[in-house]
Amino acid sequence: MAGSNKIDIQPSPIETGQPLWLMAELTYRCPLQCSYCSNPVNYAQLKDELTTEQWLKVFEQGRELGAVQLGFSGGEPAVRKDLEELIQEARKMGYYTNLITSTVGVNETRLKQIIDAGIDHIQVSFQAADATLNNYIAGTDCFEHKKKTVEIIKEAGLSMVFNIVIHKGNINQIEEIIQFAESLDVDYVELATAQYYGFALVNRSQLLPSREQLDRAEKIVKAHQERLEGKMKIFYIIPDYYENKPKPCMHGWGKIFLTVAPDGTALPCHSARDLPGIEFPNVVGNDLNSIWYQSEAFNHFRGDSWMKEPCRSCPEKGNDYGGCRCQAFLLTGDAEQADPACELSPHHHIIQQAKTDSGPAGFEDGVIFRNSVNSKKLIKTIES
Amino acid sequence: MTLKVDLTKVFKLNHGFRLQWEKAQDAHVLLYPEGMIKLSPSAAEILTLCEGSNSGEDVVAALEKKFPEAQGIANDIKEFIQEALSNGWLK
Repeated sequence: MAGSNKIDIQPSPIETGQPLWLMAELTYRCPLQCSYCSNPVNYAQLKDELTTEQWLKVFEQGRELGAVQLGFSGGEPAVRKDLEELIQEARKMGYYTNLITSTVGVNETRLKQIIDAGIDHIQVSFQAADATLNNYIAGTDCFEHKKKTVEIIKEAGLSMVFNIVIHKGNINQIEEIIQFAESLDVDYVELATAQYYGFALVNRSQLLPSREQLDRAEKIVKAHQERLEGKMKIFYIIPDYYENKPKPCMHGWGKIFLTVAPDGTALPCHSARDLPGIEFPNVVGNDLNSIWYQSEAFNHFRGDSWMKEPCRSCPEKGNDYGGCRCQAFLLTGDAEQADPACELSPHHHIIQQAKTDSGPAGFEDGVIFRNSVNSKKLIKTIES
Repeated sequence: MTLKVDLTKVFKLNHGFRLQWEKAQDAHVLLYPEGMIKLSPSAAEILTLCEGSNSGEDVVAALEKKFPEAQGIANDIKEFIQEALSNGWLK
């Protein structure tokens, strides 16, 4: 969810809002190898996972704090054998439960168990509109399986979100992608251009589309949005690299989002663990209430006293919060800088350079798939 | 706004939408994939009655009975139902 700006929940007017959105990253294990994955590149080192009981305790504490949307994500959350139990219990607590899944490894029986457990919404990720490209991007044969899964979800009368990360490798088939989603009769389509965290940052040159590609895609999307109004909602999220202004990342640090990583680390967004000098509290040994309201980590970028110029005196600071802290750190080495996506940032040239650099690279040119072999190689690179 | 809503029809929440009381918000909320809308008390009254067996007319009658002092609520209800339909909350 790093960089998410689609969520309709508005932050509470109270200075420190409630964590309305709780994201449970159940595991980093995943059968897919998508090169745009925003999981930490050193995930192969992060093997600890909370137990069922520990997760349920987190959910209860979240509910007491006002959390109402609960996301199960990962990695692939269905890798966890206790997913059904977690869904069932969360549902009893009053959560609206969202499963963000590739569905890979979930057969029909398991899917029905997940549905019976009371899942409210399943978001299935696709990679492309045809099997060959889809399976290449995913690094595994999964296209036909996903199609079948969507049919079962639809038959069960559930809300179905079709999610696809858009990048250089599939942006030219955006028309086919929309038609494909329409043929599956889904309720929502999320065309989310890759955001550059984790593996996606490593592969940025292979992923970042050109201005021309984006303009063409935007025109096509617009036409279909109008044609399908009232039938299928299409969300199209363009990369902030082309926006010239920063996204109000997570609606502000520690305002409505609380992510819990597989090992129990509590984060204001799932990329935040990359930020140096901040010790993120773990839900083992700390209750969510103290994590949310009292911890240094969650208070670190609340308000605007941490801001530097040009953010500090910017009239937009209350709307965009200076953009994304993780992106500021990843691109400038300093998390307190303005997000370089902003044209007012003294580091905006980094974004411009990235666009220039990505020009000649093709999607398949040396793209690094997300798998544990590559994760271990990247860990070595970081350590050396 | 031209009102095209046919109040003889029966309305219910669209699939994927859930209405519930949220203590933390001190309000009814409408939940849907990855989102939440905090409802005003009157919106909550109307949506609670749109549960798949009441017609729009039934909803108006029930609320006129419940709030006899409220004048001309039929039109407000109609307007709200139209908005809820176009937002995809109701079907």
